[in-house]
Amino acid sequence: MAVNDREPPPGGATRYLRECLRLLRWGAGTLVTAWRVGRTGSLPVVLGLVVIWIVFESIDTDFLSARNLSNLSVDLVGMGLITVGVIFVLLVGDIDLSVGSVSGLAGAIFAQLNVNAGVPEWLACLIAVLGGAAAGAVHGFFVARLGVPAFVVTLAGLLAWNGLMLFILDTHGSINLDDQGLVATLTNHYFGNALIPLGLAALGLAAYLAVALLGRRRRTVAGLPGPTLGAVAVRAGLLGAVLFGAAGVFIGFRGLPLSVLILLVTLAVLDFVLRRTTYGRKIFALGGGIEAARRAGIAVEAVRMSVFTVSGAMAAVGGLFLASRITSVGQTSGQGDLVIDVIAAAVIGGVSLFGGRGTTWAALLGVLVIQSIASGMALLGVQVAVQFMITGSVLLAAVVLDSLSRRAQRSHGRA
Amino acid sequence: MGDNGAGKSTLVRVIAGADPADKGVIEWKGEPVRVHRPQDARALGIATVYQDLALCENLDVVGNLYLGREVHRAGVLDEVEMERRASELLGSLAIRIPDLRAPVATLSSGQRQSVAVSRALLGAPEAVVLDEPTAALGIEQATHILDLIEQMRERGLAVLIVSHNLGDIKAVADQVAVLRLGRNNGFFDVNTTPQEQIIASITGATDNTGRKPVRPWP
Ligand SMILES: Nc1ncnc2c1ncn2[C@@H]1O[C@H](COP(=O)(O)OP(=O)(O)O)[C@@H](O)[C@H]1O
Ligand SMILES: [Mg+2]
Repeated sequence: MAVNDREPPPGGATRYLRECLRLLRWGAGTLVTAWRVGRTGSLPVVLGLVVIWIVFESIDTDFLSARNLSNLSVDLVGMGLITVGVIFVLLVGDIDLSVGSVSGLAGAIFAQLNVNAGVPEWLACLIAVLGGAAAGAVHGFFVARLGVPAFVVTLAGLLAWNGLMLFILDTHGSINLDDQGLVATLTNHYFGNALIPLGLAALGLAAYLAVALLGRRRRTVAGLPGPTLGAVAVRAGLLGAVLFGAAGVFIGFRGLPLSVLILLVTLAVLDFVLRRTTYGRKIFALGGGIEAARRAGIAVEAVRMSVFTVSGAMAAVGGLFLASRITSVGQTSGQGDLVIDVIAAAVIGGVSLFGGRGTTWAALLGVLVIQSIASGMALLGVQVAVQFMITGSVLLAAVVLDSLSRRAQRSHGRA
Repeated sequence: MGDNGAGKSTLVRVIAGADPADKGVIEWKGEPVRVHRPQDARALGIATVYQDLALCENLDVVGNLYLGREVHRAGVLDEVEMERRASELLGSLAIRIPDLRAPVATLSSGQRQSVAVSRALLGAPEAVVLDEPTAALGIEQATHILDLIEQMRERGLAVLIVSHNLGDIKAVADQVAVLRLGRNNGFFDVNTTPQEQIIASITGATDNTGRKPVRPWP
C-alpha cells in the first residue's frame, strides 16, 4: 500500500492513535454514566437518525433531497400528532392501543358530516375531535375508575371504534373529501415565501436564547448553579443548525408546509404543559408511582382519565391530518400498522414504557425514524414485508434499551 | 411500638389521611377532626414520612419535595424558587445531596430517607409522624436520622415515631404506646418503665388489649 512506502514518524502515529483511543474511551465513559442515571436525553435516537440518513443517502442520493425530506415531513405530521397523545398515556405508565381506530373514526365522522350531511367543515372537525376525546374518556373511565388494565380496555377500543367507523361509513366504502376545503388545506398548503421559514427559525432560536439566558440569570441571582454560557451557546448553536437546516430544506421545495408548522407548535405547547405546569407535574408523578402520587394528595383518577382523553382527542386530530393527506376516508383508515408505528415512535423517541420518563419531542424524533425507514425503503423499492421486519427490530431495540436503562438506574440508586 | 403486623403502618396511614379509618374519632388539640384525604392532615399541620417513603422515583429531589404543593409564578411552576428553598432547607438540616436535579431513583436509601424527612418538614408542620425511619438504614445513616428527629423536637414539633427498635426509642422518645393486634396494649414512660415490661407488652406476655388502657395518654 502507498501509505507503507514511507516510514511513519517514529511514535507519531501510535501516539496519535493512543490519543484518539483515550478520547473515545472518555466519550464512551461519559455516555455510560449518563445512561446509568437515565440522562442521555435524545442522544441515542438522534445518533440513530443520523446513521439511518447516512445509510440511505449513500445508497440513493435522492434520499436527502429537499423534495424527499419535505414530503417525508408532511407525511409524518398525522402520525406525530397521534404519537404526542399516546405519550401522555405512556407517561402515567398506561398504554393506548386504540389510537389507530379512533383516528379512523374521527376521519369517518368528519367525512360523513361534511361531505354527506353538508355540515360546515369547521363544525364537522370540532365534532370529530370531540368524538375522539369522548372515546378516550370512555377508556379513561374504565381504567381509572374501575381499575381494568389499560391494555385490555384499549384493545377492546381498537376493535369497537373500528366497528363504529365501518358502521358510520356504511355502504360508502370510502368517501372523498373536498380537495379545496379546510381539511385538505391542512396538508396541501405551503408558505412559499422564503422569509417565513427563515423568520420563524430566527424567532424560535431567539425564544430559546431568551428563555435560557433569563433562566440562567434568575438561577445566578438565587445563588444556584446554572448552565455555563458555553453550554447555552452550544445548545443554541445546535438548535439553530437544525432550525435553519430545516428552513433551507423547505425553501428548496415549495416552502414551509402549514402542517409541519402546526405539528411543531403543538409539540412546543404540550411540552410547556408537561414541564412547566402543575398538571404536567402530576402526570409525571403518576408515572413515578401511583401510590406516592395519591399520598401527595393528587387526584389520581382524574389525571388518569384526562390523559386518555388527551390521547383520544390527539388521535382524532391526527386522523384528520391523515385523511387530509389522501383527501379521502376509507375502511382501512387508521388500521394496519399505524398503532404499532405510533407506540414504536414514542419508545424510539425516548419515552419509557414504564412511565414517568419522556418528552413531547420524542414524537417528532421517533416518527422521523419510522418515516425515514419507510421512505428510504420505498425509494429503494424494498417490499413492505422487509420494512415491517426492520421497523419491528428497531422497536424491539428501543424497548430493550428502555428496560436496560431502567435496570441500570435502579442498581445505581441502590449502590 | 409493636410487633410486625401489629397495625402500626395502618394507624400511620389513617392519621395521614392516606387510608381513612372505617370508624372511630381523630382528635386534634382536643377537637374532633375529619381526616379523609392527605390534604386534610396536611392542613391540620400533620406531616408524615411513610415506611415505604412514598417518593416518585422518576422525579428529582426538588420535584419530590414540592409534590402536591408546587410554587408558582404567573401560573407557571417556579423551578428556581423551589430549588432555592429546597437547598436552603436541606442545608439547614445538614443533609448533603450533591445534585438536587437527580432523579430520586439514583439516590442511596439514606439519602431517600433524608429527602422524605425534609419533605415532611417543608410545610412547617406542627406534628411529624415517622414510620420506621431507621429500619432500612445502616448505623451511620440511622444516627443522622435520629439527629434530625432530635432537631425537630428542639424546634418544638410533636414527633410520633413508629419503631421496632427499643434502642432508638430510648434515645429519642419520652412516651411509648404499644400496639398489639391492631389495638392499644399500654402506654409507658420511657425513662421510668423497665425495658422488660415494654417488651412483654409488645409480645403479648401482658395482654391489655381487652381492658381499658393502663393509663390515659398524657
Ligand atoms: N385496627 C385494625 N383492625 C383490623 N386490621 C388491622 C388493624 N390494624 C392493622 N390491621 C391489618 O394488619 C395488617 C398489618 O398491618 P401493618 O400496619 O402493616 O403492620 P405493621 O406496620 O405494624 O407491621 C394489615 O393487613 C392491616 O390491614
Ligand atoms: Mg409497618
